[in-house]
Amino acid sequence: MSLLEVHDLKVSYDGRPAVHGVSLSVEPGEVVAVVGESGSGKSTTAHALIGLLPSNATLDAGRILFGEADLAGWSQRRLRSVRGSRIGLVPQDPANSLDPVKTVGAQIGEVLRVHGERDRRKIRARVLDLLARVGLPDPETRARQYPHELSGGMRQRVLIAAAIALRPSLIIADEPTSALDVTVQRRILDLIDDLRAEYGTAVLLVTHDLGVAAGRSDRLVVMKDGRVVERGPTSSVLAAPQEGYTKRLLDDAPALSARPFPDHPGGPPAIVVRDLVKEFRVGRRPFRAVDGVSFEVTRGTTHALVGESGSGKTTTARMVARFATPTSGTVSIAGAPDGRRFRRHVQLVYQNPYGSLDPRQTIGEIIEEPLRNFGLGDRPARRARVADLLERVALPGELAARRPRELSGGQRQRVAIARALAAEPEVLVLDEAVSALDVTVQAQILALLERLQRELGLTYLFISHDLAVVRQISHTVSVMSKGRIVETGTTRQVFSDPRHDYTRELLAAIPERVR
Amino acid sequence: MTRYLLSRAGQAALVLWAAFTASYVLLQLLPGDSILIKFQNPELGLSPQQIAEIRAYYAGASPLADYAHTLLGFLTGSFGYSIDTGTPVVERLAEALPETARLASAAFLLAVVIAVVIAFAASYSSASWLRGALLSVPSLFISVPAFWLGILLIQIFSFRLRLVPVIGGSEVQQLVLPVLTLAVPISAPIAQVLARAIDQVYAQPFVPVIAAKGASRWWILWRHVARNAVLPTLTVAGLTLGELIAGSVVTETVFGRAGIGRLTEQAVNAQDTPVMLAVVVLAAAVFVLVNLLVDVLFPILDPRLKGAAA
Amino acid sequence: MTGASVPGAGGVGSGGVPVPARVARRPRGRVPVGLVVAWLVVGLVLLWAVVPGLFTAYDPIAGVPAEKLRPPGAGHLFGTDAVGRDVFARVVHGSVHSLSGALVAVGVGLLLGTLLGLLAGAAGGVADAAVMRVVDVLLSVPGLLLALTVIILLGPGTVNVAIAVGIGSVAAFARLARAEVVRVRRTDYVEAAFGSGGRFGAVLWRHVLPNSLGPVVALAALQFGAAILAISTLGFLGYGAEPPTPEWGLLIAEGRNYLATSWWLTTLPGAVVVAVVLAAGRISRSIGRERG
Repeated sequence: MSLLEVHDLKVSYDGRPAVHGVSLSVEPGEVVAVVGESGSGKSTTAHALIGLLPSNATLDAGRILFGEADLAGWSQRRLRSVRGSRIGLVPQDPANSLDPVKTVGAQIGEVLRVHGERDRRKIRARVLDLLARVGLPDPETRARQYPHELSGGMRQRVLIAAAIALRPSLIIADEPTSALDVTVQRRILDLIDDLRAEYGTAVLLVTHDLGVAAGRSDRLVVMKDGRVVERGPTSSVLAAPQEGYTKRLLDDAPALSARPFPDHPGGPPAIVVRDLVKEFRVGRRPFRAVDGVSFEVTRGTTHALVGESGSGKTTTARMVARFATPTSGTVSIAGAPDGRRFRRHVQLVYQNPYGSLDPRQTIGEIIEEPLRNFGLGDRPARRARVADLLERVALPGELAARRPRELSGGQRQRVAIARALAAEPEVLVLDEAVSALDVTVQAQILALLERLQRELGLTYLFISHDLAVVRQISHTVSVMSKGRIVETGTTRQVFSDPRHDYTRELLAAIPERVR
Repeated sequence: MTRYLLSRAGQAALVLWAAFTASYVLLQLLPGDSILIKFQNPELGLSPQQIAEIRAYYAGASPLADYAHTLLGFLTGSFGYSIDTGTPVVERLAEALPETARLASAAFLLAVVIAVVIAFAASYSSASWLRGALLSVPSLFISVPAFWLGILLIQIFSFRLRLVPVIGGSEVQQLVLPVLTLAVPISAPIAQVLARAIDQVYAQPFVPVIAAKGASRWWILWRHVARNAVLPTLTVAGLTLGELIAGSVVTETVFGRAGIGRLTEQAVNAQDTPVMLAVVVLAAAVFVLVNLLVDVLFPILDPRLKGAAA
Repeated sequence: MTGASVPGAGGVGSGGVPVPARVARRPRGRVPVGLVVAWLVVGLVLLWAVVPGLFTAYDPIAGVPAEKLRPPGAGHLFGTDAVGRDVFARVVHGSVHSLSGALVAVGVGLLLGTLLGLLAGAAGGVADAAVMRVVDVLLSVPGLLLALTVIILLGPGTVNVAIAVGIGSVAAFARLARAEVVRVRRTDYVEAAFGSGGRFGAVLWRHVLPNSLGPVVALAALQFGAAILAISTLGFLGYGAEPPTPEWGLLIAEGRNYLATSWWLTTLPGAVVVAVVLAAGRISRSIGRERG
């Protein structure tokens, strides 16, 4: 008998169906991964299982058989007896998933108290046990700390401790690692694996990352637009996907693609960075965000700066784009004039395409802005150029009259790229420019960037935390950690023969290639 | 922490001094001879000749000397003499303060109770029409002129229902209607901020996580949401406290009560600048002190600020 | 157990509402009734101020002694006062005083406050610190006391009262405008505009101003209501217009002497004030939601 069987689950938001009859099952002790892009209904399905839908969503039909019971018909009051005790939840965003004004210990102990434990000493002892079990050193201190005093990885461990406190038979892990750095991500996934082995807990792993699902699950459920498009044992789905959508996902997932390394053409450098230092003052102590960084980028190639959050890669990029001034060191960009005209030569593309477009302007006005600023052409000429740029980034011309909020994430990022191209720059600094996008969209934008580089001879400085993406697009790579570059080389060198321990750790954290 | 407290206290003192200086300058722009008025007071027992000497002294010195004199007076607790009655301003304040303090503190407590009831009832009600109705109450409260509300209350409770005598009655009977009049407009911003804060806390990702532990709605509301929503509410409650003194002007006039508000009204009518200056500085002092207290309380209530404050 | 599953026959259980999602969403296309009423109220009162003759034939100043203290009825919608003047006529003719006063007050606050806030937010550094200290001082004195201080200086009168109320709202406008400018200046799209080669002035004009003015406009609507309240309060205390003028606050003050017998003298004009202030608040919220 299955631990959990979901039959024909239907959920709608404000009367609009979002999940159209999903069925899936989880056997005791196994990991089932639900994979899909944003809007596929995977998170909604997961939350519906324990009756935690937002108030504008309703469970329209379906059966949720958990053991002997059908949870779909249960009242909130009855569901409360199952939540936390027999089904645990590991949430998506560890940064905001803990109450900021309560101690970590109190929030783990809360599960026990909610389910009837009154003995304070017993609760405390169990909390310390759990903290130690999820690998947090010095549990006594941790229990007294507040969430803001812990790192993202530590917070996720605390949330896992709360989820396993009553040894539930099922854990729903909703994108448990997508907000974490890759090396931390790997350790958290290892922890979940260990606990599963130890307690025999089944895991329903909801993720957008096919790489994570591939390495960690026994069975795979692929969702698209509120429907299951394919299911089966993970290895067989990956080896021989039956559906076109699954195939595309596999092709687009950077971690799983085995494209050849781009060849490095060689030539004169377009960007030369020497001994770059940036200090910020935090309280009385200066803090070195960037500490003696040097690298060169050959004209017409892509150089990637890779690192985890806090490594100084974005600060470096902002200094190259002259949005921040270095404390010391130099950035020289061949042929770039000084002053305002520097902006015609170097352009920056931001991570969040929505935030970087003025919500009150039309797409046409946004793309036209650099032309107006630099006085390039008269009104009809600028109009023509905007149409031209839209075509170049493969957007339909009628979008010029729309506003950013009417566009999808991928379209917005194309607009941001079109605006960057309007000034006819030679260097583009791309700051996590594809990180906020779904894999299929990400693949399209990467392809667009590659084509533009070929057609226009652009030089890219590509900032990313995602090694798999970097491997696809860049010719050379610098790996950053704590403000320093620990390793530099061609992409082939760095990926196939890493010299530095940190680089090896980063590479080991990329889910293995399965094909 | 000590550094934080010292810097906040320093800022408070600076604001208070600036408020004093600004109102001093404003009120000093008045036509009329303030020094003459100040020293003509019979209680000082100065002869016309002495007054003339003092005038000559100050006129010869500068307005700056007069300013320094007044500031020194305020620092040592002497606020000069009322032009209207000739008595020391301190005496008039001391006479009026207890009445207003009683009225204002009762009104503030009632305002907080009203606000908490409205906000919590709105957040706990599942029917959307009830929630909407409750949430529109503060907008109504804030739109009612306090003087009109007072009159309306007198009309209903004293003349129609005859529950509260117009003249006479016990201390409590005398306080009920003025307290209600003063509390209603002050409860509105507190209720609005509290209701909005509760909504914002509910939108936080940690709330469904607590629900997933099996906690009930009441548990979530009481132990987590309320605790987090207190913080912004405290700030706005501190800000409204200053409004109590201003509100007492209207309330005390409508109900014919003695107090700071009444004193203020008389001071404006008589262009009694020393009294007005004292009242303004008093109001600013209450405001600044209460908000200093809120600033001190904040790091205790919100652990995230402890690091920042240290 | 699996065999027993009959698709479609599954229990239809609504998930209930464990954690209310607090985003009230209005279904598209539904007319917000409250907002329409609010605009109607404001429009009507504006018409009263511009063409009072259309709404009442009675004289607001000269009364008919024979018809004194009549309760509301067909002839006199709001009744008559102690000298036989039609109260409705006085309210209609009085609207011009309250509205123009509120306009002046909001104008003073909006202009001075927004300018200060923009200066502080856009310039930053020392100018910012200086302006914000001034705002702190203004905030530390309650609005009504500040207005009374200004009235001691300028003396009573309709215009002086309006200016006094306006000065009381400078701090609120300055703080909001500064906060908005600082918020918008930190956004990626403003940096991107500089990155597109924009000059300081152009970026300020094209991006920072339009994106930060929404909440300020909403505050102006809210302050319009608040100014009507404050002006009527000062009128009630006797610092506004002189007696025969049918100013709203004064009207209610005059009715106080007949509380025991003639409820309509105070209640009905007050209800008009409440309606106008409520309407202004409702409009302010709709602006805030649209542009914020």
